Amino acid sequence: MNLHEHQAKTLLAGFNVPVAPGLVINHPAQAADDQLPASADGRWVIKAQIHSGARGKAGGVRVAQSPDEVRAIAAELIGRTLVTHQTGPTGLPVHQLLVEPASAIARELYVALTVDRHAQRVVLIASRHGGMDIEQVAADHPESIMRLSVNPTVGLMGHQARQIGFALGLEDAAFKQLPALLRGLYDAFIRHDADLIEINPLAVTEAGSLLAVDAKIAIDGNAAYRQKALFAAKDVTQEDPTEVAAQASGLNYISLTGDIACMVNGAGLAMATMDLIQSAGGSPANFLDVGGGTSTEKVAAAFKLILANPRVTAILVNIFGGIVRCDLIAQGIISAAREVGLSLPTVVRLEGTNAAEGRQLLAESGLNLVAEHDLATAAARVVALSRA
Amino acid sequence: MSILVNRQTRVICQGFTGKQGTFHSEQAIAYGTNFVGGVTPGKGGQSHLDRPVFDTVHDAVEATDANASMIYVPAPFAADAILEAADAGIEVIACITEGIPVLDMLNVKAVLEADYPDVRLIGPNCPGLITPGECKIGIMPGAIHRPGKIGIVSRSGTLTYEAVAQTTAAGLGQSTCVGIGGDPIHGMDFIDCLALFADDPQTEAVIMVGEIGGQAEEEAADFIRHQFNKPVVAYIAGATAPTGKRMGHAGAVIAGGRGSAEDKFQALAAAGVTIVRDPTRMGRTMAELLAPSA
Repeated sequence: MNLHEHQAKTLLAGFNVPVAPGLVINHPAQAADDQLPASADGRWVIKAQIHSGARGKAGGVRVAQSPDEVRAIAAELIGRTLVTHQTGPTGLPVHQLLVEPASAIARELYVALTVDRHAQRVVLIASRHGGMDIEQVAADHPESIMRLSVNPTVGLMGHQARQIGFALGLEDAAFKQLPALLRGLYDAFIRHDADLIEINPLAVTEAGSLLAVDAKIAIDGNAAYRQKALFAAKDVTQEDPTEVAAQASGLNYISLTGDIACMVNGAGLAMATMDLIQSAGGSPANFLDVGGGTSTEKVAAAFKLILANPRVTAILVNIFGGIVRCDLIAQGIISAAREVGLSLPTVVRLEGTNAAEGRQLLAESGLNLVAEHDLATAAARVVALSRA
Repeated sequence: MSILVNRQTRVICQGFTGKQGTFHSEQAIAYGTNFVGGVTPGKGGQSHLDRPVFDTVHDAVEATDANASMIYVPAPFAADAILEAADAGIEVIACITEGIPVLDMLNVKAVLEADYPDVRLIGPNCPGLITPGECKIGIMPGAIHRPGKIGIVSRSGTLTYEAVAQTTAAGLGQSTCVGIGGDPIHGMDFIDCLALFADDPQTEAVIMVGEIGGQAEEEAADFIRHQFNKPVVAYIAGATAPTGKRMGHAGAVIAGGRGSAEDKFQALAAAGVTIVRDPTRMGRTMAELLAPSA
């Protein structure tokens, strides 16, 4: 789950990470003169709060020279939809803005913490080249990216922080500030089950001190049960509504751009099914993993999600009946199909225990269900039906 | 022979009296697994499924000499359950539980490496492992398996079943099937399983099922090239998954432009692995590969 920049900064401020004082608004009038954070040079930065990077290029980060201009820019931004290379073509809606005093920045650095699955450790990544796309930096200047892994027994050590400080070329006050800042990031990461904490840029100000100018935090969804406050503050307007509805039904759904819907048990098999649809010349409309224990309720919820997408022209259901017998799964599919009034051509591939009985039930249901045994044949069939 | 588990393996279940633990323990017993008891704290001394219930894994090991455990306890308690099993001397731990926080697994791995380096952890978020006809530890349907000569190692649950059903249909059967799970931090990896299959005389060849994301398949390719001499057939799911989208498993994320299905297919092919791009052809491809050349 992603946090907004303002949520991330509030959280990090609690771990002694230096951030600018900010005001969060969802209406221009909230940026009254006496509410705005003090600005030394009378300039403010207005930042659209969406779950995406590259907001600046999309016009989502602006500078105002006066309180009136802050309100004018706010009026312009609130309610807009911003499209960045991370949001996809539909973009994300701007409901909130973060207003901060503009900072006089001397240098822009990059630091981040994430889990390195290879090292099986939390890894600290740092670079002198902040303020730009870090993937581009990694491609152009791989030597400028430092990676240090943290042993969970002792946490992030002072010698590691100093190593980073020297490598980043920090001096004086900024060098002295760095160990506490990195330790704060690490403690926040551990305490709040983060997947990612990224500070880009980490600025060295003209005054020579460190300031987290932007902050991205993603929290491990598996830790929702012990990060209740953060998950309660989740902004679902930043997510695909179909994916949000799917989560509520215990389904794993991701919208794609094609016209053939699929419903599969298991993430790997779901990806393999999408691959087969594509190699048969079709294009998948979604990824949908109904998980184990395929109940009628779950299948019905899955059909409803699929049918809510107007692009869908045909459906492929692929269930490997493991522990649950295929005849029971077929009954579930039939009653779910009746419940939602399924009329689109639907190919059902059932494999596993009692698969033949299951296919017979589907064939005799009187519904627009085509039973298949072989997955490759089923994929070819659904592609043909989608064009009929 | 086989790897990790066989008919002598003495299996317990942690989370024994819960719904999942009960159901899958019944299935394991019906399959003929040497299933010696289970653990549910506070229910020690009771009997469940005609097997003794213990308060702690230590008690279970002392009374039954158990050496393998399957874990079905809920995610918030699963890390504790894994380390309890390790501390009690269990050698093979299959953690079926899904949804364990990444940081919990990171700590579990650090403790296992430091204090229990010989423990074999499978999973979490995995279907478990099975030696057909001998020992079933996990949620896989037993009936699709046949004793035979193909070792199967897979990151994906239901795709493992596809590989199993296809090798059964092709008359090859399986030596041992291991579902290593799709979480970013997990126990045994492809290489750990391949190393065991290399030394197992029953295993004549291996099917590897991978997924996009991470570098595990690329590392396995490197291992196969230098240290593995049996035939390998490999399939990677997710060739058409869009970049940056999560497909169910935390693991299935393309990071830094690496770990695409194509990268993995190429690395494996370069290591001499027979790659299949059609997941319905894993079994037939293996049968063709092993057929005596005319």
